[in-house]
Amino acid sequence: MTEASVSSFPAASGPNLATRRLRALLAEPKVTIGGGFILALIAIALFAPWIAPKNPLDQDLMLASLPPAGLASAEPGYYLGTDDLGRDVLSRLIYGARIALIVAFVAASLAALAGTALGLLAGWYRGWVDGLISRLVDIWMAFPPVLLSILLVAVLGAGVGSVIAAIAIIDWTRFCRVVRAETMAQAQADYVTAAHAIGFPPFHILMREILPNVVPALLALVSLEMGIAVIVEAILSFVGLSVSSDTPTWGGMIAEGRQFIHQTWWVFAAPLAALFATVLAFNQLGDGLRRALDPVLRR
Amino acid sequence: MTAPILSIRRLSAASKLEDAQPILRRVSLDLAPGETLGLVGESGAGKSTIAKALLGVLPRTVRITHGEILFEGRDLMITPRRETRAIFGDAIALVPQDPMTALNPGRRIEAQLTDGLRLRRGMNARAAHKRALELLAEVRIADPERVLRAYPHQLSGGMRQRVLIAAAFALEPKIIVADEPTTALDVTVQKQILRLIRQMQEAHRTAVIFVTHDLGVVAQICDRVTLLFAGAVIESGPTADILSTPRHPYTRALIAAGPRYDRPEAGLKPVPEALVAELRLEVEGVGG
Amino acid sequence: MVQDLFVASDVQVAYGGKRLLNGERVGGVKVLYGVDLRIGRGETVGIVGESGSGKTTLGRALMRLIDIDAGRIVFDGRDITQLLESQMRPLRRRMQIIFQDPMTSLNPRHTVRRILVEPLLFHRVARDHADAERRVRGFFDRVGLPLACLDRTPHELSGGQRQRVGIARAALLEPDFVLADEIVSGLDVSTQAQALNLLKTLTRDLGLAMAFISHDLSVIRAVCDRVYVMKAGLVVEEGRCEDVFAAPKSRYTRLLIDAIPLPEIDPGWLDRDVAPETD
Repeated sequence: MTEASVSSFPAASGPNLATRRLRALLAEPKVTIGGGFILALIAIALFAPWIAPKNPLDQDLMLASLPPAGLASAEPGYYLGTDDLGRDVLSRLIYGARIALIVAFVAASLAALAGTALGLLAGWYRGWVDGLISRLVDIWMAFPPVLLSILLVAVLGAGVGSVIAAIAIIDWTRFCRVVRAETMAQAQADYVTAAHAIGFPPFHILMREILPNVVPALLALVSLEMGIAVIVEAILSFVGLSVSSDTPTWGGMIAEGRQFIHQTWWVFAAPLAALFATVLAFNQLGDGLRRALDPVLRR
Repeated sequence: MTAPILSIRRLSAASKLEDAQPILRRVSLDLAPGETLGLVGESGAGKSTIAKALLGVLPRTVRITHGEILFEGRDLMITPRRETRAIFGDAIALVPQDPMTALNPGRRIEAQLTDGLRLRRGMNARAAHKRALELLAEVRIADPERVLRAYPHQLSGGMRQRVLIAAAFALEPKIIVADEPTTALDVTVQKQILRLIRQMQEAHRTAVIFVTHDLGVVAQICDRVTLLFAGAVIESGPTADILSTPRHPYTRALIAAGPRYDRPEAGLKPVPEALVAELRLEVEGVGG
Repeated sequence: MVQDLFVASDVQVAYGGKRLLNGERVGGVKVLYGVDLRIGRGETVGIVGESGSGKTTLGRALMRLIDIDAGRIVFDGRDITQLLESQMRPLRRRMQIIFQDPMTSLNPRHTVRRILVEPLLFHRVARDHADAERRVRGFFDRVGLPLACLDRTPHELSGGQRQRVGIARAALLEPDFVLADEIVSGLDVSTQAQALNLLKTLTRDLGLAMAFISHDLSVIRAVCDRVYVMKAGLVVEEGRCEDVFAAPKSRYTRLLIDAIPLPEIDPGWLDRDVAPETD
């Protein structure tokens, strides 16, 4: 009944807020370029079996160490050449995107969730709650992150789940710090006093008034964190602590390619370029999101 | 009338953004040596743009489309950058609006007050220090040595505005542009600052362009006044005439809009929307 | 004699320092040194003072938006000094606040519709969403806000429109009291006149009591019945506006009044000083 009577009011005029926010997002080139690249990468990862020209695990020593197309003695069909075991580099790259993206999205989301929850609590309640959480963050950040992640994976055992857990456990502090500071700043704003004067309970004020104002900074950070997660996964694969070696990963490919860098440089260069482009795209997307979603910056 | 020290001739400016909105529409005004001219208007009237043009600090988004600014007979709009350095911020100096943000919070008052003396007048540290002490004494700061050593946050708003007035007069400018210098201050402090500006101006025979939205302040400190609306001059003349017998209906409406403690029944009449609409049409006819 | 709505006695507030378990404060800066204030039903009372006078603190203390160190606050016959926040909640609807800067007092991420409808549903002033929407639209007609504003966010409105949305949020809850904190400073005189006239009409039509905090005595004179003049955490003068402006008793009040420049030529004003205290 209520729903029906509400919709009986014609929209006052113009598109609604969500549409306008989307338009503002699409008007930001960093969002469209960075986001477009990530979307394309997701599609490639999802449809890898159909897109990849070869099976990434197939070895053929007859076709080992082929150079990429366009170079002398290149074989047709092997666009980026092959490695020392004769596996197709392009296909391995495409399958490698799967692990990179899974780690990026899951690890960054988990880190963001934990960090945001603790950051909101610390920034809102201050006092001993803040003292406790902030000390925890300080102690956490004193550990060298790469060593800590290697240690964590060594304890948890290799595998994609461990990599994700390690990244989330290490990097929630980034979110916690930013969300705490942002919550504190927002809590000083008059609109929070206004909500208090209306009588809204504290939890309502925190979740429905303050949180939406923290989201732009948060989204930007999540995007940056995805880039970081891609790199950390590559590092862990590089040292052989990520997934087992029969699953292609960019970090693993870099590690393998490093040994023959003077002979088959493309085996090393291709995953490095993919890594570089992906991290850059996440960073651009993050910066664009921050600009497009901030009502003050946009004006 | 003596030859004006500053003369703005049909100055037009427009926004560089997509809308190319006109910001100033053929503004003309004269400033005689030693006189105080009030630039008055509501927000968006263009008074700050004129002030910024006089100081050579127009924002990148504003473009002067037409007209000239003659300072001592020289058109500042076509004078080479090398030569305007001796004019902007030197012969024409600023007293800013917000004493809280106009001073660098990380530098002592002495450093900020003597910058101009050392860089533009080539004074050594000792001479600049001596001159800074004189200036602070002139703006009636009781303990100038202590203030020179202080950081801005250690001073009250009124004190900071005194320091900024001292800084503006440091290079013996011919024109002071005072951009709403008292809006951020308490009324009792405002009166002291207005009095100080008047005294400094008389002692140094400086001309003042006083940007404000407060007709009360205009009445007490300006010899002449130019009223702006949407970038165009609406009315211009001696303050006494404009306030007692305004010719333009917009001037009358603006005077009637302000509340008055001595006549509570007289104020609080909003400018009629029909008048604003009519004025907008009229002004747009003037063009850019 | 009007019936009292708010009675505050000997209100003291300090900031900073440390609080002992018994509530006593050690150290810190005192902002209010024992203020008495009374606001009658439907009465508009001005609170005037310069920066640092404690006028904003007093307003927030009245509404229990900040804690007081000593004194008593009675709202509509009920002592609210010690009420818990949950006990205050039903009373919150009856006392509202309008802020100086509508840009920061309206949530920048919410639409105007949400800002106005949510409180109505929360306090059950409106039966349902449709009723709330109807009330908001009715109010928009009354204060001359275009309905298109409903779907906008605050930064998409003009300064005058934002200020009216701030007024709407307070008035729609049908309170008995509003606190208007410096709400017209920074507005152009014409916009200021519109906002003040709207506020005068609303308080009259709705029988609202109002505490009007301002540094501007001319504005206070235009809208208030009575005035409290504050300086450094104390009330230095109190009385009906006609009386206070005609014959101010305290030297500080005389100083404040004299410092207002009037838009007419007064050659002696700039050099005139208020006579020192005689008594």
